[in-house]
Amino acid sequence: MKLYDIAHSRTGDKGNTSTISLIPYKEADFALIKKYVTDEAVAKWFAPLGPIKVTRYEFFKVPALNFVIENALGGGVTHSLNIDRHGKSYSSALLEMAIPDK
Amino acid sequence: MKKIRIGSGAGYADDRIEPAIDLINRGNLDYICFECLAERTIAIAQNQKLADPNAGYNDLLEYRFKKILPAIKAHPTKVITNMGAANPVAATKKIVEMAAAYGIHHLKIATVSGDDITDQTSNYGANKMMEDHQPLSSLNRKVISANAYLGARAIVEALNQGADIVVTGRVADPSLFMAPLIHEFGWDFADYDKLGKGTLLGHLLECAGQVSGGYFADPGYKDVENLWNLGFPFADVTDEGDITLHKLPDTGGLLSTDTVKEQLIYEIQDPTKYYTPDVIADFSNVQVEPAKDGDGIHVMGATGRAKTGDLKVSVGYEDGYITEGGINYGGHNAFNKAKLATEIVRKRLQLLKVPVDAFKEDYIGADSLYHGVLPVPEHVSEIRARIAARTSSLAAAKEVVREVKSLYTNGPSAGGGVRTITQKIVAIASITVPENDIRTHVDYEEVK
Repeated sequence: MKLYDIAHSRTGDKGNTSTISLIPYKEADFALIKKYVTDEAVAKWFAPLGPIKVTRYEFFKVPALNFVIENALGGGVTHSLNIDRHGKSYSSALLEMAIPDK
Repeated sequence: MKKIRIGSGAGYADDRIEPAIDLINRGNLDYICFECLAERTIAIAQNQKLADPNAGYNDLLEYRFKKILPAIKAHPTKVITNMGAANPVAATKKIVEMAAAYGIHHLKIATVSGDDITDQTSNYGANKMMEDHQPLSSLNRKVISANAYLGARAIVEALNQGADIVVTGRVADPSLFMAPLIHEFGWDFADYDKLGKGTLLGHLLECAGQVSGGYFADPGYKDVENLWNLGFPFADVTDEGDITLHKLPDTGGLLSTDTVKEQLIYEIQDPTKYYTPDVIADFSNVQVEPAKDGDGIHVMGATGRAKTGDLKVSVGYEDGYITEGGINYGGHNAFNKAKLATEIVRKRLQLLKVPVDAFKEDYIGADSLYHGVLPVPEHVSEIRARIAARTSSLAAAKEVVREVKSLYTNGPSAGGGVRTITQKIVAIASITVPENDIRTHVDYEEVK
Protein backbone atom coordinates (compact mmCIF):
# COMPACT_ATOMS: atom_id res chain seq x y z
CA MET A 1 0.00 0.00 0.00
CA LYS A 2 1.00 3.58 -0.39
CA LEU A 3 1.43 5.98 2.49
CA TYR A 4 -1.44 8.16 1.22
CA ASP A 5 -3.82 5.30 2.07
CA ILE A 6 -3.04 5.56 5.79
CA ALA A 7 -1.43 8.95 6.41
CA HIS A 8 -1.40 12.65 5.61
CA SER A 9 1.40 15.16 5.43
CA ARG A 10 2.34 18.86 5.19
CA THR A 11 5.66 20.39 4.12
CA GLY A 12 7.39 23.42 5.58
CA ASP A 13 10.73 25.08 4.85
CA LYS A 14 13.57 26.91 6.58
CA GLY A 15 16.35 28.13 4.31
CA ASN A 16 17.58 25.13 2.32
CA THR A 17 15.87 22.63 4.64
CA SER A 18 12.53 20.94 3.99
CA THR A 19 10.42 19.62 6.88
CA ILE A 20 7.81 17.00 6.06
CA SER A 21 5.32 15.60 8.57
CA LEU A 22 3.78 12.14 8.36
CA ILE A 23 0.59 11.69 10.36
CA PRO A 24 -1.43 8.45 10.35
CA TYR A 25 -5.19 8.90 10.07
CA LYS A 26 -5.55 6.09 12.64
CA GLU A 27 -3.28 5.83 15.66
CA ALA A 28 -3.14 2.05 15.14
CA ASP A 29 -1.13 2.55 11.92
CA PHE A 30 1.62 4.51 13.65
CA ALA A 31 3.69 1.41 14.50
CA LEU A 32 3.69 0.35 10.84
CA ILE A 33 4.79 3.78 9.68
CA LYS A 34 7.46 3.97 12.35
CA LYS A 35 8.78 0.55 11.32
CA TYR A 36 9.08 1.18 7.60
CA VAL A 37 9.42 4.92 7.08
CA THR A 38 12.87 5.27 8.59
CA ASP A 39 15.26 8.14 7.97
CA GLU A 40 17.24 5.81 5.66
CA ALA A 41 14.11 4.94 3.66
CA VAL A 42 13.21 8.61 3.24
CA ALA A 43 16.78 9.51 2.28
CA LYS A 44 16.68 6.81 -0.40
CA TRP A 45 13.25 7.98 -1.65
CA PHE A 46 14.35 11.59 -2.03
CA ALA A 47 17.90 10.76 -3.22
CA PRO A 48 17.27 12.27 -6.71
CA LEU A 49 17.18 15.70 -4.98
CA GLY A 50 20.97 15.45 -4.53
CA PRO A 51 23.22 15.18 -1.48
CA ILE A 52 20.51 15.47 1.19
CA LYS A 53 20.63 14.60 4.88
CA VAL A 54 17.49 13.23 6.55
CA THR A 55 16.76 13.24 10.29
CA ARG A 56 13.57 11.72 11.68
CA TYR A 57 11.87 13.11 14.77
CA GLU A 58 8.83 11.85 16.66
CA PHE A 59 5.81 13.56 18.15
CA PHE A 60 5.12 10.93 20.78
CA LYS A 61 1.48 11.57 21.65
CA VAL A 62 0.01 12.90 18.39
CA PRO A 63 1.46 10.44 17.24
CA ALA A 64 3.39 11.43 14.13
CA LEU A 65 6.81 11.58 12.51
CA ASN A 66 8.66 14.63 11.25
CA PHE A 67 11.36 14.42 8.60
CA VAL A 68 13.94 17.18 8.39
CA ILE A 69 15.67 17.09 5.01
CA GLU A 70 18.70 19.32 4.72
CA ASN A 71 19.95 20.59 1.34
CA ALA A 72 16.62 19.76 -0.32
CA LEU A 73 15.54 23.07 -1.84
CA GLY A 74 18.05 23.82 -4.59
CA GLY A 75 19.95 26.33 -2.46
CA GLY A 76 17.07 27.68 -0.40
CA VAL A 77 13.92 29.68 -0.81
CA THR A 78 15.65 32.90 -1.88
CA HIS A 79 18.24 31.27 -4.15
CA SER A 80 16.54 28.31 -5.80
CA LEU A 81 15.62 28.08 -9.49
CA ASN A 82 12.97 25.46 -8.65
CA ILE A 83 9.42 26.29 -9.68
CA ASP A 84 8.34 25.27 -6.15
CA ARG A 85 11.02 27.17 -4.26
CA HIS A 86 9.61 26.17 -0.86
CA GLY A 87 9.29 22.47 -1.73
CA LYS A 88 5.64 22.71 -0.68
CA SER A 89 4.74 19.80 -2.97
CA TYR A 90 7.23 17.36 -1.40
CA SER A 91 4.58 16.05 1.01
CA SER A 92 2.72 14.56 -1.98
CA ALA A 93 5.90 12.80 -3.10
CA LEU A 94 6.45 11.26 0.34
CA LEU A 95 2.87 9.96 0.37
CA GLU A 96 3.57 8.08 -2.89
CA MET A 97 6.04 5.83 -1.07
CA ALA A 98 4.86 2.20 -0.83
CA ILE A 99 5.27 0.16 2.36
CA PRO A 100 4.31 -3.45 3.29
CA ASP A 101 0.84 -3.68 4.88
CA LYS A 102 2.04 -5.44 8.03
CA MET B 1 -9.72 30.09 36.45
CA LYS B 2 -9.11 33.05 34.19
CA LYS B 3 -9.53 32.62 30.44
CA ILE B 4 -8.92 34.89 27.44
CA ARG B 5 -9.84 34.64 23.81
CA ILE B 6 -7.37 35.40 21.01
CA GLY B 7 -8.12 35.40 17.29
CA SER B 8 -5.84 35.08 14.30
CA GLY B 9 -6.44 37.81 11.73
CA ALA B 10 -3.77 37.06 9.12
CA GLY B 11 -1.28 34.33 8.35
CA TYR B 12 0.85 36.08 5.75
CA ALA B 13 1.51 39.50 4.24
CA ASP B 14 -1.29 39.44 1.65
CA ASP B 15 -3.88 37.41 3.59
CA ARG B 16 -7.64 38.05 3.35
CA ILE B 17 -9.27 40.60 5.68
CA GLU B 18 -12.93 39.42 5.64
CA PRO B 19 -12.40 36.40 7.93
CA ALA B 20 -10.60 38.66 10.43
CA ILE B 21 -13.42 41.20 10.50
CA ASP B 22 -15.93 38.34 10.90
CA LEU B 23 -13.94 37.18 13.94
CA ILE B 24 -13.96 40.69 15.49
CA ASN B 25 -17.68 41.11 14.84
CA ARG B 26 -18.92 37.71 15.96
CA GLY B 27 -16.11 36.07 17.95
CA ASN B 28 -16.32 38.01 21.22
CA LEU B 29 -12.53 38.24 21.14
CA ASP B 30 -10.27 39.90 23.68
CA TYR B 31 -7.35 40.14 21.22
CA ILE B 32 -6.69 39.67 17.53
CA CYS B 33 -3.20 39.25 16.10
CA PHE B 34 -2.18 39.89 12.49
CA GLU B 35 1.03 38.14 11.44
CA CYS B 36 2.02 39.73 8.13
CA LEU B 37 5.80 39.50 7.80
CA ALA B 38 7.59 36.81 5.79
CA GLU B 39 11.35 36.49 5.99
CA ARG B 40 12.09 38.62 2.93
CA THR B 41 9.21 41.08 3.22
CA ILE B 42 11.07 43.34 5.62
CA ALA B 43 14.10 43.68 3.34
CA ILE B 44 11.85 44.77 0.47
CA ALA B 45 10.07 47.18 2.84
CA GLN B 46 13.45 48.60 3.91
CA ASN B 47 14.09 49.62 0.28
CA GLN B 48 10.69 51.35 0.19
CA LYS B 49 11.58 53.24 3.39
CA LEU B 50 14.88 54.40 1.88
CA ALA B 51 12.96 55.86 -1.05
CA ASP B 52 10.27 57.44 1.18
CA PRO B 53 10.71 57.91 4.97
CA ASN B 54 6.92 57.56 5.44
CA ALA B 55 6.79 54.18 3.66
CA GLY B 56 8.10 50.72 4.50
CA TYR B 57 5.17 49.23 6.38
CA ASN B 58 2.86 46.47 5.14
CA ASP B 59 1.29 47.33 1.76
CA LEU B 60 -2.15 46.32 3.02
CA LEU B 61 -2.02 48.26 6.30
CA GLU B 62 -4.43 50.97 5.15
CA TYR B 63 -6.70 48.46 3.39
CA ARG B 64 -6.88 46.38 6.58
CA PHE B 65 -7.23 49.18 9.15
CA LYS B 66 -9.99 50.78 7.12
CA LYS B 67 -12.03 47.73 8.12
CA ILE B 68 -10.40 46.92 11.46
CA LEU B 69 -10.92 50.36 13.06
CA PRO B 70 -14.72 50.51 12.72
CA ALA B 71 -14.99 46.84 13.76
CA ILE B 72 -13.00 47.30 17.00
CA LYS B 73 -15.02 50.41 17.77
CA ALA B 74 -18.22 48.34 17.67
CA HIS B 75 -16.64 45.27 19.32
CA PRO B 76 -13.71 46.35 21.49
CA THR B 77 -10.79 44.04 20.69
CA LYS B 78 -7.10 44.72 21.19
CA VAL B 79 -4.98 44.45 18.06
CA ILE B 80 -1.37 43.23 17.87
CA THR B 81 0.40 43.23 14.52
CA ASN B 82 3.83 43.18 12.89
CA MET B 83 2.44 45.18 9.94
CA GLY B 84 4.97 47.89 10.91
CA ALA B 85 7.55 45.89 8.90
CA ALA B 86 10.56 48.17 8.25
CA ASN B 87 8.82 51.29 9.55
CA PRO B 88 6.53 50.71 12.56
CA VAL B 89 6.71 54.42 13.49
CA ALA B 90 5.23 55.46 10.13
CA ALA B 91 2.66 52.66 10.38
CA THR B 92 1.43 53.98 13.73
CA LYS B 93 1.31 57.52 12.35
CA LYS B 94 -0.90 56.27 9.53
CA ILE B 95 -3.25 54.41 11.91
CA VAL B 96 -3.56 57.50 14.15
CA GLU B 97 -4.42 59.61 11.09
CA MET B 98 -7.04 57.09 9.98
CA ALA B 99 -8.62 56.76 13.45
CA ALA B 100 -8.92 60.54 13.71
CA ALA B 101 -10.48 60.71 10.25
CA TYR B 102 -13.04 58.03 11.19
CA GLY B 103 -13.90 59.76 14.49
CA ILE B 104 -12.62 56.90 16.61
CA HIS B 105 -11.47 58.24 19.98
CA HIS B 106 -9.77 57.04 23.17
CA LEU B 107 -7.33 54.83 21.33
CA LYS B 108 -3.81 54.24 22.63
CA ILE B 109 -1.43 52.92 19.99
CA ALA B 110 2.00 51.55 20.90
CA THR B 111 4.96 51.25 18.55
CA VAL B 112 7.61 48.64 19.28
CA SER B 113 10.95 49.35 17.66
CA GLY B 114 14.59 48.42 18.02
CA ASP B 115 14.60 45.32 15.84
CA ASP B 116 16.21 47.24 12.96
CA ILE B 117 20.00 46.94 13.29
CA THR B 118 20.83 47.56 9.62
CA ASP B 119 23.40 50.24 10.53
CA GLN B 120 25.17 47.87 12.96
CA THR B 121 25.84 44.92 10.65
CA SER B 122 29.56 45.80 10.45
CA ASN B 123 29.81 44.83 14.16
CA TYR B 124 28.85 41.26 13.29
CA GLY B 125 31.18 40.46 10.38
CA ALA B 126 32.66 37.52 12.28
CA ASN B 127 29.27 35.97 13.15
CA LYS B 128 28.61 32.76 11.25
CA MET B 129 25.68 32.59 8.82
CA MET B 130 23.29 29.71 9.60
CA GLU B 131 22.89 28.90 5.89
CA ASP B 132 26.51 28.07 5.03
CA HIS B 133 28.41 28.48 8.33
CA GLN B 134 30.65 31.16 6.77
CA PRO B 135 31.28 34.55 8.45
CA LEU B 136 28.82 37.31 7.53
CA SER B 137 31.74 39.40 6.21
CA SER B 138 32.25 36.82 3.41
CA LEU B 139 28.83 37.66 1.91
CA ASN B 140 30.24 40.17 -0.57
CA ARG B 141 26.80 41.48 -1.52
CA LYS B 142 24.93 44.71 -0.90
CA VAL B 143 23.18 44.40 2.49
CA ILE B 144 19.72 46.00 2.51
CA SER B 145 18.43 45.22 5.97
CA ALA B 146 19.18 43.48 9.26
CA ASN B 147 16.37 42.84 11.71
CA ALA B 148 16.48 40.98 15.01
CA TYR B 149 13.57 38.75 15.95
CA LEU B 150 12.28 40.36 19.14
CA GLY B 151 10.41 38.41 21.81
CA ALA B 152 7.17 39.15 23.64
CA ARG B 153 8.61 41.49 26.28
CA ALA B 154 8.13 44.87 24.57
CA ILE B 155 4.57 43.97 23.50
CA VAL B 156 3.77 42.95 27.09
CA GLU B 157 5.11 46.31 28.28
CA ALA B 158 2.85 48.08 25.77
CA LEU B 159 -0.19 46.09 26.94
CA ASN B 160 0.71 46.79 30.58
CA GLN B 161 0.63 50.51 29.70
CA GLY B 162 -2.90 50.14 28.34
CA ALA B 163 -2.23 50.01 24.60
CA ASP B 164 -5.25 49.15 22.43
CA ILE B 165 -3.20 48.57 19.30
CA VAL B 166 0.42 47.39 19.25
CA VAL B 167 2.42 47.83 16.04
CA THR B 168 5.76 46.11 15.66
CA GLY B 169 8.44 45.39 13.09
CA ARG B 170 10.20 42.05 13.27
CA VAL B 171 8.98 39.99 16.21
CA ALA B 172 9.08 36.19 16.40
CA ASP B 173 5.65 35.12 15.12
CA PRO B 174 4.58 33.09 18.19
CA SER B 175 5.60 35.95 20.53
CA LEU B 176 2.90 38.20 19.00
CA PHE B 177 0.25 35.76 20.26
CA MET B 178 1.94 34.93 23.56
CA ALA B 179 2.30 38.54 24.72
CA PRO B 180 -1.39 38.93 25.75
CA LEU B 181 -1.16 35.72 27.83
CA ILE B 182 1.84 37.05 29.80
CA HIS B 183 0.09 40.40 30.24
CA GLU B 184 -3.31 39.02 31.27
CA PHE B 185 -2.15 36.14 33.46
CA GLY B 186 0.95 37.79 34.90
CA TRP B 187 3.14 34.89 33.80
CA ASP B 188 6.78 35.20 34.84
CA PHE B 189 9.33 35.54 32.02
CA ALA B 190 11.27 32.75 33.75
CA ASP B 191 8.27 30.37 33.89
CA TYR B 192 9.48 28.50 30.84
CA ASP B 193 6.83 25.78 30.90
CA LYS B 194 4.15 28.48 30.62
CA LEU B 195 6.09 30.22 27.85
CA GLY B 196 6.32 26.85 26.07
CA LYS B 197 2.50 26.67 26.15
CA GLY B 198 2.15 30.27 24.98
CA THR B 199 4.57 29.54 22.14
CA LEU B 200 2.43 26.56 21.14
CA LEU B 201 -0.61 28.84 20.96
CA GLY B 202 1.30 31.26 18.74
CA HIS B 203 2.64 28.48 16.55
CA LEU B 204 -0.88 27.09 15.98
CA LEU B 205 -2.45 30.49 15.20
CA GLU B 206 0.32 32.29 13.31
CA CYS B 207 -0.69 30.89 9.89
CA ALA B 208 -4.37 31.75 10.43
CA GLY B 209 -6.51 29.62 8.07
CA GLN B 210 -3.83 26.93 7.84
CA VAL B 211 -5.09 25.41 11.12
CA SER B 212 -8.81 25.69 10.30
CA GLY B 213 -8.96 23.81 7.00
CA GLY B 214 -6.71 25.83 4.70
CA TYR B 215 -3.87 23.98 2.96
CA PHE B 216 -5.49 20.67 4.00
CA ALA B 217 -8.05 19.59 1.38
CA ASP B 218 -7.37 16.45 -0.66
CA PRO B 219 -10.68 15.60 -2.34
CA GLY B 220 -11.88 12.11 -1.51
CA TYR B 221 -9.24 11.71 1.19
CA LYS B 222 -9.45 14.88 3.27
CA ASP B 223 -12.59 16.77 2.33
CA VAL B 224 -13.17 20.34 3.51
CA GLU B 225 -16.58 21.98 3.18
CA ASN B 226 -16.93 25.44 1.68
CA LEU B 227 -13.20 26.06 1.50
CA TRP B 228 -13.96 29.20 -0.51
CA ASN B 229 -15.42 30.72 2.67
CA LEU B 230 -12.60 29.64 5.01
CA GLY B 231 -13.05 30.85 8.58
CA PHE B 232 -9.98 31.94 10.57
CA PRO B 233 -9.26 30.35 13.97
CA PHE B 234 -9.47 31.66 17.52
CA ALA B 235 -8.48 30.12 20.83
CA ASP B 236 -9.63 30.17 24.42
CA VAL B 237 -6.58 29.97 26.67
CA THR B 238 -6.60 29.43 30.43
CA ASP B 239 -4.14 30.93 32.91
CA GLU B 240 -2.59 27.44 33.05
CA GLY B 241 -1.91 27.59 29.31
CA ASP B 242 -4.57 25.08 28.22
CA ILE B 243 -5.66 25.83 24.67
CA THR B 244 -9.00 25.16 22.98
CA LEU B 245 -9.13 26.07 19.29
CA HIS B 246 -12.34 27.15 17.56
CA LYS B 247 -13.68 28.67 14.39
CA LEU B 248 -16.92 30.58 13.96
CA PRO B 249 -20.18 28.81 13.05
CA ASP B 250 -21.39 29.41 9.48
CA THR B 251 -17.88 29.66 8.05
CA GLY B 252 -16.26 27.22 5.66
CA GLY B 253 -13.20 25.18 6.42
CA LEU B 254 -12.56 22.44 8.94
CA LEU B 255 -11.16 22.40 12.44
CA SER B 256 -10.34 18.83 13.40
CA THR B 257 -7.63 16.92 15.24
CA ASP B 258 -6.11 16.22 11.80
CA THR B 259 -5.94 19.87 10.72
CA VAL B 260 -4.41 20.82 14.07
CA LYS B 261 -1.83 18.03 13.89
CA GLU B 262 -0.66 19.21 10.46
CA GLN B 263 -0.17 22.76 11.73
CA LEU B 264 1.46 21.58 14.99
CA ILE B 265 4.26 19.90 13.04
CA TYR B 266 4.45 22.52 10.27
CA GLU B 267 7.96 24.01 9.93
CA ILE B 268 9.16 22.39 13.15
CA GLN B 269 12.53 20.68 13.08
CA ASP B 270 13.44 18.94 16.38
CA PRO B 271 10.14 19.09 18.33
CA THR B 272 12.03 19.09 21.64
CA LYS B 273 13.82 22.31 20.66
CA TYR B 274 11.67 25.03 19.12
CA TYR B 275 13.78 28.16 19.55
CA THR B 276 12.14 31.53 20.12
CA PRO B 277 13.51 34.73 21.69
CA ASP B 278 11.49 33.93 24.85
CA VAL B 279 11.98 30.21 25.43
CA ILE B 280 13.08 26.89 23.96
CA ALA B 281 9.71 25.19 23.63
CA ASP B 282 9.20 21.42 23.60
CA PHE B 283 6.21 20.21 21.55
CA SER B 284 7.21 16.53 21.50
CA ASN B 285 4.56 15.50 24.05
CA VAL B 286 1.73 17.74 22.87
CA GLN B 287 -1.70 16.08 22.77
CA VAL B 288 -4.47 17.03 20.32
CA GLU B 289 -8.00 15.89 21.17
CA PRO B 290 -11.62 16.93 20.61
CA ALA B 291 -12.67 19.15 23.54
CA LYS B 292 -14.57 17.22 26.24
CA ASP B 293 -17.73 19.28 25.70
CA GLY B 294 -17.51 18.59 21.98
CA ASP B 295 -16.82 22.25 21.18
CA GLY B 296 -13.43 22.82 19.56
CA ILE B 297 -10.07 21.07 19.67
CA HIS B 298 -8.15 20.85 22.93
CA VAL B 299 -4.35 21.13 22.76
CA MET B 300 -2.05 20.65 25.75
CA GLY B 301 1.28 19.31 26.91
CA ALA B 302 3.84 21.82 25.65
CA THR B 303 6.73 22.57 27.98
CA GLY B 304 9.80 24.78 27.81
CA ARG B 305 13.23 25.57 29.13
CA ALA B 306 15.48 28.62 29.37
CA LYS B 307 16.03 30.65 26.18
CA THR B 308 19.49 30.78 24.62
CA GLY B 309 20.02 34.50 25.26
CA ASP B 310 20.76 35.05 21.57
CA LEU B 311 18.42 36.53 18.99
CA LYS B 312 18.19 35.46 15.38
CA VAL B 313 18.85 38.28 12.92
CA SER B 314 17.70 38.15 9.29
CA VAL B 315 20.07 39.97 6.98
CA GLY B 316 18.56 40.87 3.61
CA TYR B 317 20.94 41.33 0.68
CA GLU B 318 20.78 41.84 -3.07
CA ASP B 319 21.46 38.62 -4.95
CA GLY B 320 21.15 39.36 -8.66
CA TYR B 321 18.20 38.34 -10.82
CA ILE B 322 16.14 35.26 -11.51
CA THR B 323 14.45 35.04 -14.91
CA GLU B 324 11.78 32.48 -15.64
CA GLY B 325 10.14 31.79 -18.98
CA GLY B 326 7.96 29.15 -20.55
CA ILE B 327 6.17 27.91 -23.66
CA ASN B 328 3.46 25.25 -24.13
CA TYR B 329 3.25 22.33 -26.56
CA GLY B 330 0.42 19.84 -27.06
CA GLY B 331 -0.67 16.75 -28.93
CA HIS B 332 1.58 14.30 -30.73
CA ASN B 333 5.23 14.53 -29.62
CA ALA B 334 4.57 17.39 -27.18
CA PHE B 335 7.21 16.27 -24.65
CA ASN B 336 9.94 15.99 -27.30
CA LYS B 337 9.12 19.45 -28.63
CA ALA B 338 9.41 20.84 -25.11
CA LYS B 339 12.80 19.17 -24.66
CA LEU B 340 13.97 20.59 -27.99
CA ALA B 341 12.83 24.06 -26.89
CA THR B 342 14.86 24.05 -23.65
CA GLU B 343 17.87 22.67 -25.52
CA ILE B 344 17.69 25.54 -28.00
CA VAL B 345 17.64 28.17 -25.25
CA ARG B 346 20.51 26.48 -23.39
CA LYS B 347 22.67 26.27 -26.54
CA ARG B 348 21.89 29.85 -27.62
CA LEU B 349 22.96 31.21 -24.23
CA GLN B 350 26.20 29.22 -24.51
CA LEU B 351 26.79 30.41 -28.07
CA LEU B 352 26.18 34.04 -27.13
CA LYS B 353 28.32 33.61 -23.99
CA VAL B 354 25.59 35.13 -21.82
CA PRO B 355 26.91 35.22 -18.24
CA VAL B 356 24.41 32.90 -16.55
CA ASP B 357 25.29 31.76 -13.00
CA ALA B 358 22.78 28.89 -12.92
CA PHE B 359 20.31 27.44 -15.42
CA LYS B 360 17.39 25.03 -15.00
CA GLU B 361 15.01 23.25 -17.39
CA ASP B 362 11.65 21.88 -16.25
CA TYR B 363 8.67 20.24 -17.97
CA ILE B 364 5.47 21.36 -16.28
CA GLY B 365 2.92 18.56 -16.46
CA ALA B 366 5.55 15.84 -16.53
CA ASP B 367 8.65 16.71 -14.52
CA SER B 368 8.91 20.03 -12.72
CA LEU B 369 8.38 19.43 -8.99
CA TYR B 370 10.22 16.29 -8.00
CA HIS B 371 13.50 16.17 -9.95
CA GLY B 372 12.99 12.45 -10.58
CA VAL B 373 11.70 11.39 -7.13
CA LEU B 374 8.43 10.36 -8.80
CA PRO B 375 8.39 8.59 -12.19
CA VAL B 376 8.28 10.80 -15.30
CA PRO B 377 5.71 9.82 -17.98
CA GLU B 378 6.94 9.22 -21.55
CA HIS B 379 4.05 10.99 -23.25
CA VAL B 380 1.65 13.70 -22.12
CA SER B 381 -1.05 15.42 -24.15
CA GLU B 382 0.16 18.88 -23.20
CA ILE B 383 3.22 20.27 -21.49
CA ARG B 384 4.98 23.52 -20.63
CA ALA B 385 8.70 23.86 -21.10
CA ARG B 386 10.13 26.10 -18.36
CA ILE B 387 13.50 27.75 -18.24
CA ALA B 388 14.92 29.44 -15.16
CA ALA B 389 18.22 31.29 -14.99
CA ARG B 390 20.08 33.21 -12.30
CA THR B 391 22.18 36.12 -13.53
CA SER B 392 24.19 38.82 -11.76
CA SER B 393 23.21 41.51 -14.27
CA LEU B 394 19.91 42.74 -15.65
CA ALA B 395 21.44 42.81 -19.14
CA ALA B 396 22.07 39.06 -19.00
CA ALA B 397 18.52 38.49 -17.68
CA LYS B 398 17.19 40.38 -20.73
CA GLU B 399 19.16 38.11 -23.07
CA VAL B 400 17.55 35.07 -21.43
CA VAL B 401 14.12 36.64 -21.95
CA ARG B 402 14.86 37.31 -25.65
CA GLU B 403 15.94 33.71 -26.26
CA VAL B 404 12.73 32.35 -24.67
CA LYS B 405 10.61 34.71 -26.79
CA SER B 406 12.51 33.64 -29.91
CA LEU B 407 11.05 30.15 -29.47
CA TYR B 408 7.97 31.42 -31.32
CA THR B 409 9.55 31.97 -34.73
CA ASN B 410 12.84 30.10 -34.29
CA GLY B 411 11.79 27.09 -32.17
CA PRO B 412 9.82 23.83 -32.55
CA SER B 413 6.39 23.82 -34.23
CA ALA B 414 3.12 24.83 -32.58
CA GLY B 415 4.47 26.33 -29.39
CA GLY B 416 2.28 28.90 -27.64
CA GLY B 417 1.78 30.89 -24.48
CA VAL B 418 5.22 32.40 -23.97
CA ARG B 419 5.47 34.37 -20.75
CA THR B 420 8.59 35.59 -19.01
CA ILE B 421 9.29 37.25 -15.69
CA THR B 422 12.51 38.70 -14.28
CA GLN B 423 12.76 39.34 -10.54
CA LYS B 424 15.43 41.23 -8.63
CA ILE B 425 16.32 38.83 -5.84
CA VAL B 426 16.51 39.77 -2.19
CA ALA B 427 18.11 36.89 -0.34
CA ILE B 428 18.32 36.27 3.39
CA ALA B 429 21.25 35.26 5.55
CA SER B 430 20.67 34.50 9.24
CA ILE B 431 23.03 35.13 12.14
CA THR B 432 22.54 35.28 15.90
CA VAL B 433 23.51 38.18 18.15
CA PRO B 434 23.41 38.52 21.96
CA GLU B 435 20.01 39.81 23.06
CA ASN B 436 21.71 42.39 25.27
CA ASP B 437 22.99 44.10 22.11
CA ILE B 438 19.42 44.88 21.05
CA ARG B 439 17.72 47.91 22.60
CA THR B 440 13.96 47.78 22.17
CA HIS B 441 11.71 50.70 22.95
CA VAL B 442 8.00 51.38 23.05
CA ASP B 443 6.44 54.70 22.07
CA TYR B 444 2.81 55.70 22.51
CA GLU B 445 0.39 57.82 20.50
CA GLU B 446 -3.10 58.63 21.73
CA VAL B 447 -6.17 59.48 19.71
CA LYS B 448 -8.08 61.55 22.29
